[in-house]
Amino acid sequence: MDITQVLFWVLTVIAIGSALMVVTARNPVYSVLGLIVTFFAISGHYILMNAQFLAIVNIIVYAGAIMVLFLFVIMLMNLSKSTETLKNKWLQIVGAIAGGCLFLVLVAALKNTEVKKDLVEMGTGNIGLVKELGRELFTTFVIPFEIASVLFLSAMVGAVVIGKKE
Amino acid sequence: MFLLAIDWFFIIEKLLLIAAIVTLSMVVAMYATYGERKVAAFIQDRIGPNRAGPFGLFQPLADGGKLFFKEEIIPLASSKFLFILGPMLAMITALLTSAVVPWGTALKVGEHVVPLQVADVNIGILYVFGVVSLGVYGIMLGGWASNNKFSLLAAIRGASQMVSYELAMGMALIAVLMLTGSLQMSTIVESQRGGALGGLASWNIFGGGQILGFLIFFICALAECNRTPFDLAEAENELNFGYHQEYSSMKLGFFLFAEYINMFISGVIMSTLYFGGYDIPFVNEAALATHIGQNWVAILTFLCLFAKALIFVFIFMWIRWTVPRFRFDQLMNLGWKRLIPLALLNMIITALVVLWLKK
Repeated sequence: MDITQVLFWVLTVIAIGSALMVVTARNPVYSVLGLIVTFFAISGHYILMNAQFLAIVNIIVYAGAIMVLFLFVIMLMNLSKSTETLKNKWLQIVGAIAGGCLFLVLVAALKNTEVKKDLVEMGTGNIGLVKELGRELFTTFVIPFEIASVLFLSAMVGAVVIGKKE
Repeated sequence: MFLLAIDWFFIIEKLLLIAAIVTLSMVVAMYATYGERKVAAFIQDRIGPNRAGPFGLFQPLADGGKLFFKEEIIPLASSKFLFILGPMLAMITALLTSAVVPWGTALKVGEHVVPLQVADVNIGILYVFGVVSLGVYGIMLGGWASNNKFSLLAAIRGASQMVSYELAMGMALIAVLMLTGSLQMSTIVESQRGGALGGLASWNIFGGGQILGFLIFFICALAECNRTPFDLAEAENELNFGYHQEYSSMKLGFFLFAEYINMFISGVIMSTLYFGGYDIPFVNEAALATHIGQNWVAILTFLCLFAKALIFVFIFMWIRWTVPRFRFDQLMNLGWKRLIPLALLNMIITALVVLWLKK
């Protein structure tokens, strides 16, 4: 076992464990913290695959900005004392079945991919480095990239319109 | 088995470097508290602390001792884990930033060349931004877990302020990245060395024409460190003491300490991005190295960066004791309606100039 593989498994355990904490924690603030830890573990996986840019952008955007907004909402709504308990048993059963189906589909889809061969690409692969990523985005995928940015722009304009005072 | 594959010299070298940098940050933060009081005293025409030791030099030690021995109070109705996590996160994120800073030219120990930088990663400056964006959590969790409405208000103020000013900061930074063409901190410094006017002409602020960009970056750095005139998160006349109101003992100390470490590190980052990093102005380091040896040059370059950073720390203090505090809506207006458009303008102009010069 290589040290990178040890790291891979440690990160995997952390990612799955904290993802479970997101669902099971009573206090919503702990759920948010669990999600942040999950993002960190996934960023660790990116770094193991030498995708440093993806890793750090994942942290800046998700852990640094979006989760802060989550925390804002939860803190201001004061959900701290786990007032929202799910009473409806049918809803729980339906949720379990739907989640199970999704899990099944994911397992079926990923079963035959060659993950076992390259779990780790330490210092070899360069698809995730900023130079390669930028080149790909602005040559091969330039149209989807521009469409996505137009989408963002319209979302921003929409937010400003909604947020503007009368 | 895999332990054998590890380069022990590498690990020891990095551990020593990390220990040195953390100690340096701590000592600077400690003496920055003393410096702050002396600067305040100078500006307000007082003497300042002068009892503990010669010129009051042992004052930070006395303060630290006091904080350690004070009673520790944890509010009953709060989440104990999060209450303790808050100051821890504030401290950890403050110390983490220094990992990618190039502190000087390489040392030479025997056969080995030891770069004065913990990790020269490909995405250096983005790493700094990632850690800075995590700094919000210390304030938010601490303020929320205090279970106090003033703390909560302060935490939300602080977090929204930091998130808002990060945008303008990032846009000011993009102009620097366009000039350098790299996110790597060591490349950013290398590109600013040498050149005309004793090297000043290749610094990003002069040669790159980033004066506007630097001013935006500087204002945003003030806001990110929660310093006056942007210390809305601890506005004592509105919020008592802000997000660390319920904290006592060393947990309070950690919050205050983290602020000073942040000040020092942001000074270092600004020197690195705009003022040539460890580049000594009017000196050709390579020629000097043949005279006095590589190790002495490394020490001199480190001292140069240190001096540049301390000048910024002094300016931070100067501003704190001179400029009054903003109102919160003024703060948001400045950030969103002034700094972001200006940063965009700076970015576009820089892009045009870079494009024109490269043709």
